[in-house]
Amino acid sequence: MAENFQLQIITPDRVFYEGEASMVEFTSVDGEMGVYKHHIPLTTVLAPGIVTISESGGKKEAAIHAGFVQILGEKITFLAEIAEWPDEIDVSRAEAAKARAEERLRSHSADIDVARAEIALKKALVRLHVK
Amino acid sequence: MASMRDIKRRKGSIQSTQQITKAMKLVSTVKLQKARNRAEQSNPYFNHMYQTVTSMLARSGNLNHPYLKPGNSQKKAVITIASNRGLAGGYNSNVVKLITNSGMAKEDVQVYMIGRKAKELLMRKGYEIKADYSDVIEGPTYDDASVICKEVLEAFSKGEIGEIYLAYTHFKNTVSHEPTLMKLLPVEFDEAELKEAEANVLMNYEPNEEEALNLIIPKYMTSLFYGALVEAVASENGARMQAMDSATSNADEMISDLTLKYNRARQSSITQELTEIIAGAEAIS
Repeated sequence: MAENFQLQIITPDRVFYEGEASMVEFTSVDGEMGVYKHHIPLTTVLAPGIVTISESGGKKEAAIHAGFVQILGEKITFLAEIAEWPDEIDVSRAEAAKARAEERLRSHSADIDVARAEIALKKALVRLHVK
Repeated sequence: MASMRDIKRRKGSIQSTQQITKAMKLVSTVKLQKARNRAEQSNPYFNHMYQTVTSMLARSGNLNHPYLKPGNSQKKAVITIASNRGLAGGYNSNVVKLITNSGMAKEDVQVYMIGRKAKELLMRKGYEIKADYSDVIEGPTYDDASVICKEVLEAFSKGEIGEIYLAYTHFKNTVSHEPTLMKLLPVEFDEAELKEAEANVLMNYEPNEEEALNLIIPKYMTSLFYGALVEAVASENGARMQAMDSATSNADEMISDLTLKYNRARQSSITQELTEIIAGAEAIS
């Protein structure tokens, strides 16, 4: 059994999660990462993805979009712009957003922002996946 | 002495004004509570953000990053947060005063305006209003903040402006609000805080320090800006609540004063009538 560390997930609107966890997995801009206690100090930027928190009672999943993580040995802090538990996600909205983003990417017209559409699509997919 | 009818009319009009101010006070009390909750909930995010960025910069002291040094332009962008509505005491004019007394030359200032009332004041004084986002203050969201920040940052990276300031009203508590002018870019910190942060461990960055800064500093700005927005909303309602409270009690004072005058006028007219009747009766007998 891995040792527990302090985990905080904070968004501009609220303290999303605060508690002890033995491991946390998330997606950074460089790929997926899993962090245990005594990880080297690291600050990394988040990509839209799923964060999985392993605590004593089991695993918890949440969708998290944009932000960064500060890992300091015994304390890990997520500063996320948006974070949602599965039951907070509006599936129909996410599906609509997904369709919209796909449509935009398919159209290939010059006046669309491909990067933005891709991020929107990613966010929608993450939301649907967590659900 | 004014006639009884005049006094009565005056009293009536003050009473109806008082009803309005009373209602407005109640409305802003409720709004204040909501806004204060929001401001309090978002507080942890900003504290962490501030700490993280401070400690990051402390350890990367001589990093040569465009966000950390002033741009070539003399121009200064001032994001100003005030309100769309008046009747909030000195709330709007205090924010405006902050800019006029800041010592920045009028020609160098470009104002990014939030709040129509203060915009009118600044325009009359001859400031350049670069952009107006007044609708945001009705219900600020993090998205709004990030859109505006992006725009200002773009102007900064293009070299159109050299420094970015934020003028808003800091919400200390319900009765005390403090107009604050804060420098957003280039990022600056107190020496003392830097030293404290330096005691921390050696931090690694992924992808690398510079790219992380590139991504984190706009977020840092946005979060400070969003924090300022929610605090400004709380301050606005607090200021309005106070203004309306004193207006209501002033009305009370005036009403009691007028009631006294009215009673006196009534009494003297009765006395006069009595004397007339007695004089008339005496004349007959």
